[in-house]
Amino acid sequence: MRRLSTVRAVSFAVASFLFATSVAGCRREERRFRESPPSATPTTVRVSALQPGTMQDTTHARNPYENNAYAQSEGQRLFGWYNCAGCHANGGGGMGPPLMDDQWIYGSSPENIYTTIIQGRPNGMPSFAGKIPTTQVWQLVTYVRSLSAQNSTGARSSRTDHMMMYPGSSSLQDPEKPKNSFRPPASEMP
Amino acid sequence: MLQDGLRGALNQSALEPAGPQAAKVTHLWWFALAIATTVYLLTMGALWWAAHRARQRELRGEAAVGPEAEQGMTRGVTYSIAATIVILLIFLVTDLSVGRTLSPVPSKHPLTIELTGHQWWWEVTYADTSPHGRFTTANEIHVPVGEPVLFVLQAQDVIHSFWVPNLAGKKDLIPGYTQSMWFQADTAGLYRGQCAEFCGLQHAKMALHVVAESKADYQRWVDQQRGTAAIPTDSAARRGREIFLTGTCAMCHSIEGTSAGSHAGPDLTHLASRRTIAAGTLPNTRGALGGWVVDPQRIKPGVRMPPNMLKPQDLDALLTYLQSLK
Repeated sequence: MRRLSTVRAVSFAVASFLFATSVAGCRREERRFRESPPSATPTTVRVSALQPGTMQDTTHARNPYENNAYAQSEGQRLFGWYNCAGCHANGGGGMGPPLMDDQWIYGSSPENIYTTIIQGRPNGMPSFAGKIPTTQVWQLVTYVRSLSAQNSTGARSSRTDHMMMYPGSSSLQDPEKPKNSFRPPASEMP
Repeated sequence: MLQDGLRGALNQSALEPAGPQAAKVTHLWWFALAIATTVYLLTMGALWWAAHRARQRELRGEAAVGPEAEQGMTRGVTYSIAATIVILLIFLVTDLSVGRTLSPVPSKHPLTIELTGHQWWWEVTYADTSPHGRFTTANEIHVPVGEPVLFVLQAQDVIHSFWVPNLAGKKDLIPGYTQSMWFQADTAGLYRGQCAEFCGLQHAKMALHVVAESKADYQRWVDQQRGTAAIPTDSAARRGREIFLTGTCAMCHSIEGTSAGSHAGPDLTHLASRRTIAAGTLPNTRGALGGWVVDPQRIKPGVRMPPNMLKPQDLDALLTYLQSLK
């Protein structure tokens, strides 16, 4: 009798674990083709909690695709389509800074990367405002963050034909700890 | 009647050949059907006869198995194995001979078309010895009647398969590997083809049309396709052109004669001259085009084109411009 109840408890635990992981997995694999309507997403992105004057509303756009594998894959494709690779190579850097290390001149949070893409940055990064739909910018943000292994390693973009650390990774380094890169002297930072 | 029932789509049937390639394939198909039907009827007849004879014997109270039955069994099995080998050899020989007669291109300098498969549309480039003679279009192939046309097949992302049933058999388009095939259209007409290798979400909506026309009509079409897009004269189309070039459209599409030169999406230089949009999904009308530009994800979920937020008057101007691209 005692044994039976142990078996029952174990199987219940296994079943609930499977259920929990499958629910989490659904979100990771969720494919949202149609953001309706696209204009409904707020475009104000706040990169700091501080606000001048009286405190305004605290709502702001966040990355809706963080840790979504499909968005990451789409971001990977768009990274090529919009020629991000032209300056950043496939994350390794070229004319533009590398994206797979842990050195972020203008911040590494999704909001920072979003504003970098939308507004552009001095010394070369063009502004893509009005050129790329908001949803696609967030997909690019998701992919760019995956290059330096900043989002969950549970979601991966598809295999690339470019530089890879190990099969199936879009990232060059150990997903757990980003590789420390050479930090240029402060005077050379733009 | 039977053929009407079997036809899946208009102008798309392997049983109504319009060229020598498809005719051979159709003959092969009918031949295989005749042999298979004969074998099926003989097998079913023999089965019925065996069952009937056994039942008659049982009713007469005779023993089912005797020494002569054993001998008959050996003979029967030998005959059927021999027949199977002969029939398979006949199939093999016919198949090889059809393949051999069809593979070489019967012309020294055939019209060459480079066909590239994308998820989920067809890029069509007419090759020419001079760069000015080359031009690119999408999802619609024009060929002159009675002339062999050589296709150079490539794929951009995954494996696709080029299949126009009325004109030829299938051939795969493989990423990183160039294949070729040819066909010839003997009857003028419009033939529908589609991707015949599952290639992702919108595989079913990856169609193309082949327009076989007289030499003169074909030449007129080529001359028109080689031209660049003219700068429109009316104000609405000019505004549409500005929206196209400064907005999201120019990030993926190209129009010859403008600064839009990206090749991620189909070339739109002569969009208005095509019969369909979105790889044979919609007729090329103003309404369909408008619906497609604003919300392509509703029509082909998962398609690479994003929804576009445009003010009504901007959309109207853009459509006027796109429809002026004859």
